This record gives sequence, structure tokens and C-alpha cells, in this order.
Amino acid sequence: MDLELILMQLFSGLALGAILVMVALGLTIIFGMLGIVNFAHGALFMVGAYAGLWIASLTGSFWWALLVAPIAVGAFGMLVERVLIRPLYKRTPDDPLLLTFGLGYVLVEAVRITFGTDGIPFSAPDALQGVVDLGVGYFPLYRLFVLGVVAVILLLLWIALEKTRFGLIVRAGARDPLIMRVLGVDVSRLWLLVFGLGVGLTALGGVLAAPMRNVSPEMGTLVLAEAFVVTVIGGMGSLLGAVVAGLLVGVAVSMTALFAPEMATIVMFALMALILLVRPQGLFGRPGVGA
Amino acid sequence: MSSTSHAAPVPLGAPQAVGAPGVLSRWRVPLSIAVLCILPWVLPSQALAVNVLIYGLFAVGYNLLFGYTGLLSFGHAAFFGGGAYLTGMAIVHLGLGWFPAMLVGVAGSSVLAAVIGALSIRTRGIYFCMVTLALSQLVYYTALQASNWTGGENGLRGFTLAKADVLGLTVNLLDPTQKYYFLMVFAALALWFVSRVLNSPFGAAIEAVRENETRARACGYDVERTKLLSFILSGALCGVAGTLSAIHLSIVPLDALHYHTSSIVVMMTMLGGAGSFFGPFVGALVFLLIEDVASLWTSHWQLIVGIVFILFVLFLPKGIWGTLIAWRSRS
Amino acid sequence: MKDIKTSLTQGVSRRTVLAGMGVGVGLLAAPAVVRAQSESVRIGFPTPLTGPFGAEAKDQVRSAELAVKLINDKGGIGGRKVELLVRDDKLNAGEAATRTLELIEKDKVHAVVGALSSAVQLAVNEVTRARNMIYVSISQSDTINEVKDFSRYTFHEALNPHMTTAAVAKATFKKGSKIAFLVADYAYGHEMLRGFKRAAAAMGAEVVGEILHPFGAPDYSTLMPRIRSMKPDILAICNFGRDQANAIKQANDFGLKKQMQIVVPVILHNQRIAVAPDVFEGVIGGANYYWELESTVPSAKSFNDAYRQMYSGAIPTDYGAYGYTGVTALLLAMQKAGGTDTDKVIAALEDLKYDVAKGPQYFRKCDHQAVQSVLVLRSKAKADMKGADDLFEIVANDPGSEDMLRSCTELGFPT
Repeated sequence: MDLELILMQLFSGLALGAILVMVALGLTIIFGMLGIVNFAHGALFMVGAYAGLWIASLTGSFWWALLVAPIAVGAFGMLVERVLIRPLYKRTPDDPLLLTFGLGYVLVEAVRITFGTDGIPFSAPDALQGVVDLGVGYFPLYRLFVLGVVAVILLLLWIALEKTRFGLIVRAGARDPLIMRVLGVDVSRLWLLVFGLGVGLTALGGVLAAPMRNVSPEMGTLVLAEAFVVTVIGGMGSLLGAVVAGLLVGVAVSMTALFAPEMATIVMFALMALILLVRPQGLFGRPGVGA
Repeated sequence: MSSTSHAAPVPLGAPQAVGAPGVLSRWRVPLSIAVLCILPWVLPSQALAVNVLIYGLFAVGYNLLFGYTGLLSFGHAAFFGGGAYLTGMAIVHLGLGWFPAMLVGVAGSSVLAAVIGALSIRTRGIYFCMVTLALSQLVYYTALQASNWTGGENGLRGFTLAKADVLGLTVNLLDPTQKYYFLMVFAALALWFVSRVLNSPFGAAIEAVRENETRARACGYDVERTKLLSFILSGALCGVAGTLSAIHLSIVPLDALHYHTSSIVVMMTMLGGAGSFFGPFVGALVFLLIEDVASLWTSHWQLIVGIVFILFVLFLPKGIWGTLIAWRSRS
Repeated sequence: MKDIKTSLTQGVSRRTVLAGMGVGVGLLAAPAVVRAQSESVRIGFPTPLTGPFGAEAKDQVRSAELAVKLINDKGGIGGRKVELLVRDDKLNAGEAATRTLELIEKDKVHAVVGALSSAVQLAVNEVTRARNMIYVSISQSDTINEVKDFSRYTFHEALNPHMTTAAVAKATFKKGSKIAFLVADYAYGHEMLRGFKRAAAAMGAEVVGEILHPFGAPDYSTLMPRIRSMKPDILAICNFGRDQANAIKQANDFGLKKQMQIVVPVILHNQRIAVAPDVFEGVIGGANYYWELESTVPSAKSFNDAYRQMYSGAIPTDYGAYGYTGVTALLLAMQKAGGTDTDKVIAALEDLKYDVAKGPQYFRKCDHQAVQSVLVLRSKAKADMKGADDLFEIVANDPGSEDMLRSCTELGFPT
């Protein structure tokens, strides 16, 4: 096995990792701030892809889809938070989990009714088609573009959470909602925004993934599993954790692909189980959150 | 946030639902069995009745952990599927008779539950949910890979039981009615066992753990041991259900181990009423009936199931049976 | 064998008792049951209406209903009307087994046709063969031909991976060509791999590598560099449905198609429509049916015309056509047998020679595999498509022959 192949493998692992980070972001943000495990995450990812597809077919432009679909689905997420999830805050965290689980069922079926059970073609825009020679091998231009988008999103998120007043409130709200309420902060509005943001990011992931994976009502099922793995390994609610874990899982899958690619899925779940047993809060999670 | 809400949880199933006084509670096992006896005659088909029996028992076993002990597991497919696979494999590969094979299935799923339980009860809340999910998916992928033993994606086949000899009597398992009552005997025994467990001091212990872990520990309960034991009992009961499903279907589909199967039992238990004795059976009945009837006229039956489930989480978190009991004891 | 015989007689006597009771106590029992008792011939038809193959399943149902209608128009089975009882198996083997039990025990069907996945068909087969019920499978598999899963009640109307891979290999492999394999790691994937490798060995093609991937994987990007480094002339992708679509799409993204010919054992009409034409362009795969066959095969023409007439101009698709050929074969045999007597229908099926949609077909004696023609199709470029349904060009149409099948001895049948 030559060095070029190993380098190329490493790179595709990192690129896959970036996609996994994108896939997991919405889940981890919602959990980190609201303490809710969003089981509809995969379904919302899929809804994002379909929304993108629909907008692209209306406007004829991938770029409009990339911009509008996450906002539209994010707004839908806020509606879900206000109508369905808000009544459950005073109950155990199990209840929102069960509710979003049911919501996932409904969304998948609603999409099947609207768009049919078969997949629908969706291609990358012409400007992003083709392959790039990286020196050690060829790589699709579109996947490089996704890498770039993920980097930008992470940067923006980091600035928003660490450098702005909004971020300060969000972080404080995640740590102790009661104190925030005492201090006169409208926590419920905060949670609404955070939920919308999480869902919007999930939908963005869906739009970005659509040209790489085929768009079908079931495309979210595996995404949910992938997002769980990344979120748990990184530490639920930790942005840095999601990034590190995403890249780690990507590289692990990629390296397995050199020797026993059929074990890739098992490797993901085994990593997750191992982390949960050795360090339940994950690599970067705060201890004490549920563990 | 979740740590605070765990210190003072509002339980899903109302505590009073458990010890609902009166006739219903005292006669719950005979009453349940009476209901099971007439089931095949009131449902559209015997195959559906057997499914209600099997999934009802599965949900009862699951409820021991979720409803009574307060632990939300998303990995119970491992015990249901494990019981089914081990029973089938004992017949196919070891050539055992139906009864020893059932014992293998139940014992095996108990061991599996002991392992997964020991690993997962150290975590709490959402994390518990995730660990059980991850470990059961590992079981799933292991079964998928070990296709020489399990038949892999094609499922396990080749152990059709045409008849079973019980105490000198021959039960014709190809006859749906005979098969139903044959399987019902085991379900009835399992129900009786669950009832005994709930009435025992151990039953009080698991509910104490559910209500308030810290207080239970302060009262001198060994919380970890209680949880583990509850986990194993729950797994063993789900194993019995799996065993019955193997005998019923004469195949073990790989889906039996899939996370989807775990989620179905969660839904059934919620619908019927977590933390109530007969609730899970009601849940299984309603779920399967919706599925059976709705899927005859629309391929989008999951939409109905999903909406019903959401409405229950929002407005009837005690489920059908739990709400009935709560309503009855109030009036 | 003896056990089955005794249970059969028991079953019959129980059945009459149950039928009587059923009328009395059927609470939610559909009125169809009672009506069905009279004299119709009932065919159970489990198919995955829910799930990723919903479109194929719907095509199967439409084709099967057409088959039933055509027979009924000609007087049914000795004057008895034929009724198709469609059930959703949800692509889940356990659900399929339950529904099949229901069809046999409650609906009292006379035979079962259907299924779309390997696991589901094997589950249905397990239930039907234990109850001496004829089952015509219309889903691909090599396993069902083997002696372990076979029974005299089992008929396999669909092609199997061995046949399609052999045909595709014959049309694309050459002596000395380098072949790489991308294989889904489950029984069906391995069956396809075995078929291709055997064909490659027979033709003197060289296998340069095989890569397994987990069943149901969404991302193949980490496998692409390795495939490229193997420098094959042909990449044979041995998976099905969504896995196939994703693998081809990503191979395309990585520019592999410019360097190698991609071939697949089975190319699906609906899957091709669900994915853009440029993704599939040039991909070669096997099929049991393609509507374009009508220009050369008269029976295909009449099948298409009847289908178009019944479904306002729509054309039948590959897996859909199985529903037609499978149900028609069974009903023709029932006509010959003069009723639904199981032994007579089996004998009639074994002797049947039929040409209803794709040229001559018959069931081989030992394993009841339908000997039939195999198509090899190449997916067209968008520019070459003359209409929305003009998806493929027919590269080869190998006439049916037992030489395409594994020998009865190899399958484990006594000779």
C-alpha cells in the first residue's frame, strides 16, 4: 500500500468528517442549550434536502435553495418548538425525546405523500461539478465546497456564541435557566431561537448533502445514527466536541476502509459505545450533564 | 439542565396508577388472562391476535424498566431479537427440542441483558437512552455479520415447528387457534410472574428508585443493584416474547434486532400507559390494530401512527390504560 | 414428509370448523372474508407498498391486477372469478410472515405470489411451504433455488443473481479485462459477486480487487481512492436499490466513470428515474424486462398494450412485469389443472410453457426456477432520450436456457 493512497485516504476521511460535523451540529446545539435530544433530527435533515430541491426547482438555482431552505425549515422548527415542545419543558427530558420521535415518523410520511416514495434527482450546480487534482489523488469539487461551507459555518457559530451578547446569554441560559429568568432574561424566546437555529443548521446539512447522496424519504434514518455517534463521542452539547468527534469518526471510517470497509458502520457504533462506557460525557462534554 | 430535571422528575406514569386499589388490581392476572383468551375471537385475524400477545408481552417486559423503574431504553430489540435468534439457533444448529430451545432463548437474553444492563445503568437520562441504543445496534450488526449462524440479512430459517408435544398432548402448531393458546400459556405465566415481582418488596424498590433516586438511596436501597436486576428481568421477559415470536413466525427476521423494533415497543408502552400493569397490552393492541386496519387502505399508515403518538405524548402521557385508571380512582 | 401429510388433513377439518366460527365472531373481520368463501380463486400478494421500494411495489400490483383482469375477462378459472388480495409487507420479513399467515388462515387464499426483497421472499416461503401452499416468488435470490429453502410448493419466477451477472459479464467482460468489485456485505451482494467472479474466471478476465461495504451505507467516498488505485477496466457494483444509486452517484462524482465501465447486475427502471440521467449514463446492467422489448417480442407488445389501456398510457417496468408474468403463469396452470387442487396445479406449473411478456418461459424441474430471457441494458445519455420513458438501449437479449443456471447437482438436488 503506497503512501499516496494512505494520504488520500486520510484526506477523504477528514472530508467525510466535515460532513459528519455538519450533520451533527443541529443535534448538538439543541441538546446543549435545551437539554433535548431531537429524534426528529434525521427527518428534518431530509426535509431540508427536499425543501432545497423544491426551491431549486422553483428558482432554478442551487444557491437560492442553499440560502432559503435552511431559513424556511428553521422557521418550521420554531413553530414546532412553540406548539409541540414548549408544553413539555416542565416534564422529564424523556417527553420531548418521545415527541420528536413521533414527529420524525410524521415528517417522513408527509414527505412520502408530497414527493412520492422514490428518490428525486438533485445535482450539484454546474460550477461545482468535476474533480480536482490534489496531487495525491482526485477529489470532487463539490465535496471541497462543502468543506469550505462547514468551515465558514463553524466560524460564524463560534463568533456568535463566544463573541456576542446573544452568545453570552445563550451559554448562560444553557447552564442555568432559572438564574437567567431571575435576571429578567426571556428564556423561552431564547430557546425558541436556539431551536430554530439548530433545525436550520440541520436543514442546511440536508441541502448540502443532497447532491452527494440521493434524496429520498429515508435518507434521514442513517443521518440520525451518524449524528448520534458524533454528538455522543464529542460530548453532547459541545461544539468543539462535535468538530473533533466528526473528524475522528471520519478518519476512523476512512482508515477502516483500507482494511475492512464492511466494518465501517460497526466501527462507528463501537466507538460510540466505548466512549459512553469510558467517558459518558464524551470527549468535550461537561461532566454532570445527565451522567 | 437535565440533571436538575432528574432530581425531581414528574413521572410519566402516575404513581397511583400502579397500586390502583380494588378489584382491577387484585384480579389483574386472571382478568388479563381472560382478555387474552377471547382475543383471537374478537380480532380480525389470529395472526394479529398472536402479534398482540407477543408484542404485548414484549411491552410488559419493557414497561418493567421504563414504566416502573423510570429508565428509558432504546435498545430492547436486543433482548427481543436475542431471545428469538437464540431459540431459532438452538433448534437449527444444536437440534434441540422446542422447550429446551425456549430456555436457551430466555437464558441467553437474560445474559445479554445482564451485560448491556451492567454497562448502561451507570449512565443516566439521555445518556442511558443512547448507550442502550448504541449497544443494541452493535448486537444488530453482529447478527448481520455472523451470517453463518444467523442467516444474516436473509434472516434465520429452517426451524419450522409443525407440532409440539406437551405432557402427552400434541399441539398442532400449524393450526392458528391451537398455536395461539399454546403461546398464550407462556405469556400468561410471564404475566403472573410480573405481577408477583411488582407485589414483592423488589417491586416497591424499583418504584422508589423511579420516584426519587436520591431518596431511595438514603432509605437504604441499593439503587445500582435494583436497577440492574430490573434491567435483567425486563430483558428476560422481552426474551420470552422474542422466543414466542420465533415459534410463531418460524423465521427470525433481522429487523427483530433493529432499533426500529425498540422504538415500536416504546411507542406501544407509551400509548397503553407506562407504569400500569395492563397498559402495555392495550398499547400493543391499539398500535397493531391501527397498523393492521390502516395499512389495508393506505400505505401511509405511519402518518396516523405518528400523529396519534404525538397527541398522546402531549395530552395523555399516562396512556390509554393509565388515564382510565387515574380517572377511575379519582371518581 | 409424513408429518406434513397428517397435518394437512387435520388442517382441512379444522378449517371447516373455523370457517363456521369465523362467520359468527368476526367482529372487525372484513366483509371480504365472508364473501370470498363462495367460489372465487384467491391469490395472496404481499408486496412492500411502504418503504423505499414503494414505486416498484405499486408497479407489481398494477401488473398483477392486469394479469387477473385478463384471465377473468376470459372466464377466470373454469368459471370461477380470480381475486387478488394485496397486502403491504413493509419490506420487513417478520411483517411479511405475519401477513402471509393472515392470508392463509383468515383469507383462505389458494396460492401466494409476491415479495420484493430476498429476506422477505424467504420468510414468505418458509410460511407457505410449511402449510403446503404454492408460492410464486417474484424477487431475486440465489438462495431460494438451493435445496435448503426449496420445496415442491416453491416457484421462482424472478431472475436470480447468477443469471443476471452471467448475462452482464458476457456482454461486457473480455479476456484479460481487469475487473474490480464493490460489494454490499450481505447475502444478496455476495451472490452477485460469486456470479460475476465465476463468469470472469470462465472468460479469462482478471479480478483486480474486491471491496465490501456495509449494507445500507450512505457514503462511499472513502472507498473511491482504493478503487481508482486498482486501475480496473470495469467496476462491477454488486448492491441494490438506494445503495446502488448512491454508489454510482459517488463513483460519478469522483470521476471514476471516465476511467472505467460501471456495470451492475440489476438496473432498475424506477431507480434510474429517481436519479439523474447523467449519473447513470453509460452504466450497463441486467433486467428481466424493458418496455422497448415490444419492437422485437410480440408478447411484450400485447402486454404493453394491455397495460397502457388499463393504466392510461403508462408502461410496465421491470419488477412490475414480474407481477404480471408470475400471476399469469400461476393462473394458466390453474386453468390447465381445472381448479385449485394444489398437487394438480404444481404438476401443471411444472409442465407449463408460457410466453406472456418476454418470450418463452418454463420452470426447471429440479428447483422450479423460471428459465427465461435475460436483458442487458445500457443507460442512455439525456441527449439520446426520445421521451421520458426512453431510458435504456438494449445491449443484449439472451434467450432463456438452462445453461444460464447453476446445475441441479450444484444446488444440492439429488440426480
